[in-house]
Amino acid sequence: MFIQKKSDIASSEITSETIYQHRRHFLQQAGFGLALGASGILNSAFAAAPAKTSSQVSTPGAIKLPPFTKTGYGTGEKLTRFEDISSYNNYYEFGTGKEEPAVNSKLFKPTPWTVSIEGEVKKSKTIGIEELLKLAPLEERIYRMRCVEGWSMVIPWIGLPLAQLIKWAEPNANAKFIEFVSLGDAQQMPGVNLPILDWPYIEGLRMDEAMNPLTILAVGLYGNVLPNQNGAPLRLVVPWKYGFKGGKAIVKIRFTEKMPQTTWMKAGPREYGFYANVNPHVEHPRWSQSTEKRIGNGLFAGRIKTQMFNGYAEQVGQMYAGMDLRKYF
Amino acid sequence: MPKHRNSKAPNKQQIIVIKFLVFVLCLFPLARLIYLGVQENLGANPIEFIERSTGYWALTMLLLTLSLTPVRLLTGRVWQLQLRRMLGLLMFCYACLHLSIYVWLDYSFMWDEIVKDIIKHPYVLVGSAAFLLTIPLAITSNQYMVKKLRERWKALHRLIYVIAILGALHFLWLVKKDFREPLLFILILSILLGVRLFYAQIKSRKLKPQM
Repeated sequence: MFIQKKSDIASSEITSETIYQHRRHFLQQAGFGLALGASGILNSAFAAAPAKTSSQVSTPGAIKLPPFTKTGYGTGEKLTRFEDISSYNNYYEFGTGKEEPAVNSKLFKPTPWTVSIEGEVKKSKTIGIEELLKLAPLEERIYRMRCVEGWSMVIPWIGLPLAQLIKWAEPNANAKFIEFVSLGDAQQMPGVNLPILDWPYIEGLRMDEAMNPLTILAVGLYGNVLPNQNGAPLRLVVPWKYGFKGGKAIVKIRFTEKMPQTTWMKAGPREYGFYANVNPHVEHPRWSQSTEKRIGNGLFAGRIKTQMFNGYAEQVGQMYAGMDLRKYF
Repeated sequence: MPKHRNSKAPNKQQIIVIKFLVFVLCLFPLARLIYLGVQENLGANPIEFIERSTGYWALTMLLLTLSLTPVRLLTGRVWQLQLRRMLGLLMFCYACLHLSIYVWLDYSFMWDEIVKDIIKHPYVLVGSAAFLLTIPLAITSNQYMVKKLRERWKALHRLIYVIAILGALHFLWLVKKDFREPLLFILILSILLGVRLFYAQIKSRKLKPQM
């Protein structure tokens, strides 16, 4: 017992190191933020060029995550530039324009952070992000991301398999779905003051989808901690589904028996389903789903064909065997 | 019309200067796009940026075109009506750019995909319809056609109201959830059309007792 307690203390010291680094990073970001916030506003008024400024905020090297291992996922794909990934975001809590989150999230505070584990689960408790990071070794996963709006990126995420957290939490037999609740803090997130969506942002997965080895909780990007506009400090990444399934800044993970009502299902039930699997055969009333534009390919590259399950059919297709994917879109 | 208003109206030379200034001003958004494009400063999704921008300015030109008559109705001034053809043609230019970007850069002339996009997505359908309707207006915008078509010219150019409504729907339906911008457009359009209807009502009331 005594020995265990000692090891606990030791690990909490490592924890404080991470907090320290997170804080350092935050202060750095805040400092740059003030300077760049002003230039960002000028930019959007006169030149509308947010892409180039934001890259200087979190250039690699400022802060390091716990060590992570490289994996074979997505090697061979041409990565989307960091500047594009961090300047073209759908994150309505920070504004509905694509360039707004990078500007409006400058002062967002991703530390300290806790996640509340709730519902049909044995370990129903609040867990600090440092503790969460120790549940499994971090891995780099290079995934395609396909947005429902018809564009896509290739993103080198760093994270841990969601399955590891689920195993640790020990869901009971009633747990059939997981609901992910994002932070909806009107103080820090200007977009939450507008009734554009039903805040806080809610997403969900079926248990087998959540347990799939492809599903990760991401904490990093391009070797560093997640930029705020990409969902810091913790976000969901489900690469065979449309991007909106990836809830950002997650504060609650609830195990449920019934299928969660997600934010976009409530906002447009005809347009957004619970499953939201990337599917070139199921049309959206507004955007073509058979083709997509790859961000960063330039003005004249044209479109590429969208793949079933975003190209991950081999790993995930069997979960939907026998399901009518037109009905369960 | 009161005479003092006419005396304030710009003379022919001043009109030419005003036309030139408005023309240059209206080409500024295009110049800006070209400048940003050369600088490779159009953001992460440059095609979307150009598409949105040209569409936005086509709609703005449409509103400007439709605002000249309400100014006449409300103030009695008429000289600004001389800007109408130019503003209408500028709208047509931005709409042409918008459509070219869509067909060329966005869809790289994949005609089967374009047809599918038009048929399956209502906002593309109404946008395409609006564009098709602007073509006869642009073709008949010259003085020769005005004289040749006479009364029919007037009837034909009332299509601008249909185009405006289709354009409004195009804008409204393409938006995902944040409707503030299209609703602002619709509000301004409603005011511009509402002023016309109001004065048309007054006119018809004035006519009735004489009958």
